[in-house]
Amino acid sequence: MIEHKHEIVIIGAGIAGLAAALEVAIAGKDVAVVSKVFPTRSHSVAAQGGTAAALGNMEEDHWQWHFYDTVKGSDFLGDQDAQAFFCQEAIKTAYFLEHIGVPFSRTEDGRILQRYFGGHYSNFGQGKPVRRACLAADRIGHAMLHTLFGQCLHYKVVFYNEFLATHLILHDEGCAGFLAWSLAEGKMHIFQAKAVLLATGGYARLFEISTNSAINTGDGMGMVLEAGLPLEDMEFVQFHPTGLYPWGFLISEGVRGEGGWLLNNDGERFMSRYAPEKIELAPRDVVSRAIQSEVKAGRGINGKPYVHLDITHLPDELIKEKLPQIREMCLKFAGIDPKRHPIPVAPAAHYSMGGIPVNINCEVLWNGKEEPLPGLFAAGECACVSIHGANRLGTNSTMECAVFGRRAGKQMAKMVDKRDFLPLPNRTLKEKMEEIKELLTRPSRQNITEIRERLQKSMSQNCGILREKWGLMKQLEILHQLKIAFKEVGLRGESLVFSLAFQQALELKHMLNLAEAIVRGALARTESRGAHYRTDFPQRDDQNWLKHTLIFKKGNQFVLDYKPVVITQFQPEERRF
Amino acid sequence: MLKRFIIQRFLPGRDEKPYWQEYTLNCDPSWVVLDALEAIRRQDPSLVYRRACRHGICGSCAMNINGHNRLACETRIAALPNVIKIRPLPGFPIIRDLAVDMKRLYENVAYVKPYLIIHSPLPEKERLQSPDERKKLDGLYECILCGSCTSACPTFWANKGFLGPTALLKACLFFMDSRDEGLKERKRLLKAKEGLWECHNIANCVEACPKGLNPLRAIITLRKKMLKKQND
Repeated sequence: MIEHKHEIVIIGAGIAGLAAALEVAIAGKDVAVVSKVFPTRSHSVAAQGGTAAALGNMEEDHWQWHFYDTVKGSDFLGDQDAQAFFCQEAIKTAYFLEHIGVPFSRTEDGRILQRYFGGHYSNFGQGKPVRRACLAADRIGHAMLHTLFGQCLHYKVVFYNEFLATHLILHDEGCAGFLAWSLAEGKMHIFQAKAVLLATGGYARLFEISTNSAINTGDGMGMVLEAGLPLEDMEFVQFHPTGLYPWGFLISEGVRGEGGWLLNNDGERFMSRYAPEKIELAPRDVVSRAIQSEVKAGRGINGKPYVHLDITHLPDELIKEKLPQIREMCLKFAGIDPKRHPIPVAPAAHYSMGGIPVNINCEVLWNGKEEPLPGLFAAGECACVSIHGANRLGTNSTMECAVFGRRAGKQMAKMVDKRDFLPLPNRTLKEKMEEIKELLTRPSRQNITEIRERLQKSMSQNCGILREKWGLMKQLEILHQLKIAFKEVGLRGESLVFSLAFQQALELKHMLNLAEAIVRGALARTESRGAHYRTDFPQRDDQNWLKHTLIFKKGNQFVLDYKPVVITQFQPEERRF
Repeated sequence: MLKRFIIQRFLPGRDEKPYWQEYTLNCDPSWVVLDALEAIRRQDPSLVYRRACRHGICGSCAMNINGHNRLACETRIAALPNVIKIRPLPGFPIIRDLAVDMKRLYENVAYVKPYLIIHSPLPEKERLQSPDERKKLDGLYECILCGSCTSACPTFWANKGFLGPTALLKACLFFMDSRDEGLKERKRLLKAKEGLWECHNIANCVEACPKGLNPLRAIITLRKKMLKKQND
């Protein structure tokens, strides 16, 4: 085993990970980033439409309006202290991003250009839509990630690329480090650190049709669960309304923000029935369910499970300037020019609202409630602060990564001087190495890809946009079967050099556990809120369910617990759009 | 659609030299090459390649398909002949099968300082940049570091000190950014390394770029910038 020692190690090189690394490096501390892929391949790169900040560059806007929209968008499940902090920091962070070089699109007078997005309105939801999404054409993720990566090179951040973190090493006194697998060499490495940041992204690859990269398998959350720590609000999975049919590739909400219409088979702008005021600019959960309902009612295009996103009425210039990537994807994959033909779209799994419970300083919490676990941090999609509650607003995720990535970086830089390296507990190490060895020496009796696909298919079917008790119960049974099958997965005789099979086996272990956490949370939550919709309990139930789910894995048992939502300013009200 | 895939396999240390392996697959007309590779890997989990986003933005899956460097995720099977020959990106050492070691490319990109160099104090809000100034970054900032262009460049193959089109395109991005204040340093860097003047205008890079960018034009722009004596 090859040993490494850094004061601070960050797992994950998306926007959150790199934003954190940059802060730590600017503070002059010793920092390394460990990433499953080369940094610019991280899934942050795929974000399209924009990143949220109430700059007011286009019309009047205030962070308080952004705050209200985020609270209402979250269906009142977000923690308002964190949400208020986030919306204020977003403004400073947008300027920071410009300062480090993000190639934002510009207004005529040279300021950051902003566009409309779902769920962003003026005057505490009472007024007109407001342009709050700061854009770089339709490539905001690419623009942010490549800029951050360049800055990390500038500040000499050390990178361990194509290293898959496998196990956290916890100690009674906190986090001591973690184990990682170097893909190119096929060897185990151990990283000892005073502080570890998990910035490992989401788990939307648990579903069959997904906007997400093949790498978004929730590894960081899986490691946390395995280490005996809880996860929060896992049942809240966002389905993006407009994935390119049939693949599910992201077609930005910015397309609707620029004036795109959703049409059913009758050519009707059906959203006006579901959200009479906001129409296509209602939040994602509302639009996704509306599409699902249209399809169920037989109004999908030619009876198929998709609808049309129409931008044929938009000016050519606008499509080329502001939506170039969308145009390119339509041409390359669907073979259609969106100026001439409507785009086929259907909901696709997109974002994990749930994740690792952290406080506002990005510190991971022992029991998910109050007490921080020294030396372990989380930020970005893998964390649950909770900004997004039951449903995330478009453009809030890239900004969350930037705001909380930076915050985590600053916190870690501050604390490492006061902290020593913890010893690596030998017994734990031995245990983990045994597990790896077993996987490597077991003969293969089950096909990894097949189990993965069965998992994804069944999760979409039984735990997707619409859920009910029997489907969820059935899914638990399926997961039980898949876990038995997984025990028969082995890699004996495989070469370990760049072994995708090894990577997929590790990912699959976590995916199965995360799936169970999602299903158990969803089954227990007998209400509908945000992205979690129970057809057998279609109403929101604040009396019983205005609370966060916590789920622990103890041995093979999953245990649920709950904690209250932080409400500071906005009392829950009916959510109408 | 029945298609024959002939894929180059190689595991350094185990195999003496690369060899070809054949797979015959029934492909759906909607498939891209990456779909076929995933289908092959269901039968043969030992096949190695990189992939992540599946829609042409992460730059992981560049490979040589029937003689052209392409992203596997964007190359439609229906547009290819019945025999599809796939090998790793040329010009880089092979790690295994279709996965290559792009260290040299990454080091060259890092060499050109792919970040803004700033000396002036920053304003409280954003710096102003006019839409016209911003437009100068189009065709440069969209690079996904897939390596297709650099791997197609004979000068890069032959000349180990040559920066290559990816790094030069990146360099040009920062020459063109109205916010950058590092012109002098950037010129010094480019002068100190083989790149700008060693390019023989072969233009393979232009054909190879899956994002429709033009590294050769960037190189010519840089040459003009280098010759222009102002503020340095």
